[in-house]
Amino acid sequence: MSATTAPYRSDLPAGRDSFAQLLHAEWTKFRTVRGWVITAVVSVIAIIVFAYLGTFRHESGVCTGPSPASCQAGHPHVPVGPGGEAVSDSYYFVHRTLAGDGSVTVRVSSLTGLRQTGNGNAVSTSDLVGAPGPVQPWAKAGLTLTAGSTLGSAYAAVMLTGAHGVRMQYDYTHDTAGPSVSIAGARWLRLTRSGDTVIGSASADGTHWTVVSSARLAGLPASVQAGLFVTSPQTAPSQQFLAGDRAGGQATAANARFDRLTLEGQWPAGRWRGQDVGANGQTSTLTSVGSHPSSGGFTVTGSGDIAPAVGLPAAFTDQPSLTGVFVALIVLIVLGTMFITAEYRRGLIHTTLAASPRRGRVLLAKALVIAAVTFLAGAAATAVAIPLGTRLLRSHGNYVYPTSALTELRVVFGTAALLALTAVLALALGAILRRSAAAVTAVIVLIVLPYMLVIVAAVPAGVAQWLMRLTPAAAFAVEQTLPQYHQVDYLYTPASGFYPLAPAVGFAVLLAYALIALGLAGHRLRTTDA
Amino acid sequence: MTGALRAEWTKLRTVAATGWLMLATITATVGLGTIVALAVTYRSTGPGQDIPKLSLVGIQLGQAIIAILAVQTISGEYSTGMIRVTLTAIPRRPTLLAAKAAILTALVLTAGAVAVLGSVLVGRLILPGHGFTAAHGYALLSLSHGPTLRAAAGSVLYLGLIALLSLGVATAVRESAVAIGLVLGLLYLFPILAALVTDPQLKRHLQQIAPMTAGLAVQATTNLGRLPIAPWAGLAVLAGWAAAAVLVGGLLLRWRDA
Repeated sequence: MSATTAPYRSDLPAGRDSFAQLLHAEWTKFRTVRGWVITAVVSVIAIIVFAYLGTFRHESGVCTGPSPASCQAGHPHVPVGPGGEAVSDSYYFVHRTLAGDGSVTVRVSSLTGLRQTGNGNAVSTSDLVGAPGPVQPWAKAGLTLTAGSTLGSAYAAVMLTGAHGVRMQYDYTHDTAGPSVSIAGARWLRLTRSGDTVIGSASADGTHWTVVSSARLAGLPASVQAGLFVTSPQTAPSQQFLAGDRAGGQATAANARFDRLTLEGQWPAGRWRGQDVGANGQTSTLTSVGSHPSSGGFTVTGSGDIAPAVGLPAAFTDQPSLTGVFVALIVLIVLGTMFITAEYRRGLIHTTLAASPRRGRVLLAKALVIAAVTFLAGAAATAVAIPLGTRLLRSHGNYVYPTSALTELRVVFGTAALLALTAVLALALGAILRRSAAAVTAVIVLIVLPYMLVIVAAVPAGVAQWLMRLTPAAAFAVEQTLPQYHQVDYLYTPASGFYPLAPAVGFAVLLAYALIALGLAGHRLRTTDA
Repeated sequence: MTGALRAEWTKLRTVAATGWLMLATITATVGLGTIVALAVTYRSTGPGQDIPKLSLVGIQLGQAIIAILAVQTISGEYSTGMIRVTLTAIPRRPTLLAAKAAILTALVLTAGAVAVLGSVLVGRLILPGHGFTAAHGYALLSLSHGPTLRAAAGSVLYLGLIALLSLGVATAVRESAVAIGLVLGLLYLFPILAALVTDPQLKRHLQQIAPMTAGLAVQATTNLGRLPIAPWAGLAVLAGWAAAAVLVGGLLLRWRDA
């Protein structure tokens, strides 16, 4: 007779199948593979070391003093506006002193362009020839009022532009559109000062006036210089390819006829004086640039721009400091892929799935662990790399565009999140393809290759813009620190630090890729045997 | 050696992935070239275009797939344990590596030649319609033009050298994820670093030693004086990288247990 024996049952309480335990298990797997921990540390070191290499001893000796005369010979000068930003402040100014409240009214009877012959960034007035040419869309002619004689002083101006109608602009970054008119017809402009407030108005006939906008210039001194100005910016650099070294635009000039000039208010007696402001510190004696009194007004020729400066030859953003992010990116792509493919190779996946049969949760736990590790590593590294790189650049005499603390935070955490999501994308593709070589290549081709093709200008600008919209490389927009100014024509390309998508939108593109890949990976994991 | 060659040929031939990867290389190379050719238009202002180089831009994508093929040739054996059988059959390890390199190079040169010819053909068909005509100073793309032939033949050789570089790296590190990461890092990181570093001299040196930037100098047909490195000299730099990788891989293969 055989006695039936009860099957063995453990006395131990049943284990809790909680998600926290799953996370703990995946964290233990990561933590105890020495090679992976070393890899994560290597990515941190790479970001910091390459911040040093990226900003390597390049000295341009740029200076930001009040005038070019304060710079050492040969050093480029960057004026700084009231908001602390780099500005262009170069124009021809016909001015008088306004000692208190008052207004100036003028009619702009014509605005024409002058043929460009100059090259490069420096506006050399001797290169400009007085033959007619196309007028630049952002050529400006009108009235301005400036707080001081140093470059980068606060100002407010109302103007007629080449192709953008009447505008009111002040303190370099502010721009308001007025009535949109063609430059063919004569336009009346008026600038009125009362206290700290300056109002710009425009009229078609000199009797019916519309206010374009008003500006409050805090701390405007009682006595200011006000009068007529003309300026014309460089042409935008070549649109198709922007090869490694930055191709500059060409200098241009504009010519405007002003008449019916009338003054009201507190204008002390005096003469109109002409001044070539900001033209490399040289006072022009050329007749081609300057002003000629004509019947009841002036004919003024000017060159340059009054606007935020973009694309300065010796100025930098955070880009060189973040060189190492690309090294870290490839390292973390390999890490993210191996976090799952190693399980398939070693057969550990069988144990993992036996211990936690709900497969979707396993994948989620893995994604969260790898994302947390790479995010923390990325945030720590970029938080060191950006101040370090900026400091090195400045100590070598370079100009670094100022950024707000909030923007810096966005760059640090955005870059960290970019690294984390890329690692998650690599994990997901690893789970889908189950082959490391194919998964690693796919992620690198998706995110690193587009950026490489764009930054070395291997593809035309049109393709570059779409690559930066459609591929996960769109997320590099989180590293953009300079705003794009609509009132400055420039080749706003990723190679010069401008991305076609806003930081949040670009980031969302990468997020979408990662989430879709994770969804597909979860599907594959659930529906096919390991 | 003949036996080793035949064995390697059988291995590569009977893996379905080989054919797919070769096909993918050709598709990716010609595809990117087509997109770029469709997107570019002639402009009378600004710098001129290097038409042969433009048509061959797809190589920069195609090489990534070549790298997978090359890495899998050796890493696949390690991940499946096949390497022990292989080394039992062919105990002379340099012979084994040489056989693998020969078969792989032959396959890659074949796929590369098709991809390059396809790219040149696409450029020849599309670019004249976008303003790159004789009237604007652009001759029809043709392999009878010396520099164009050099760019095309050099691109095929470039892919062969990329395969050898990948094979060497994969033999040295074995793990396929790490090997492919190293290879693509070597290829794609150098140009990015060169573009981002602020020091012009460092930038130039990086461009001269980078396997991809130097190797692809062979595609340039205009402004040769402004290149960081001369066309054939650049390809020689890549050959140096490939030789070093194969040498290190071969030595490690010989010294280490499988």
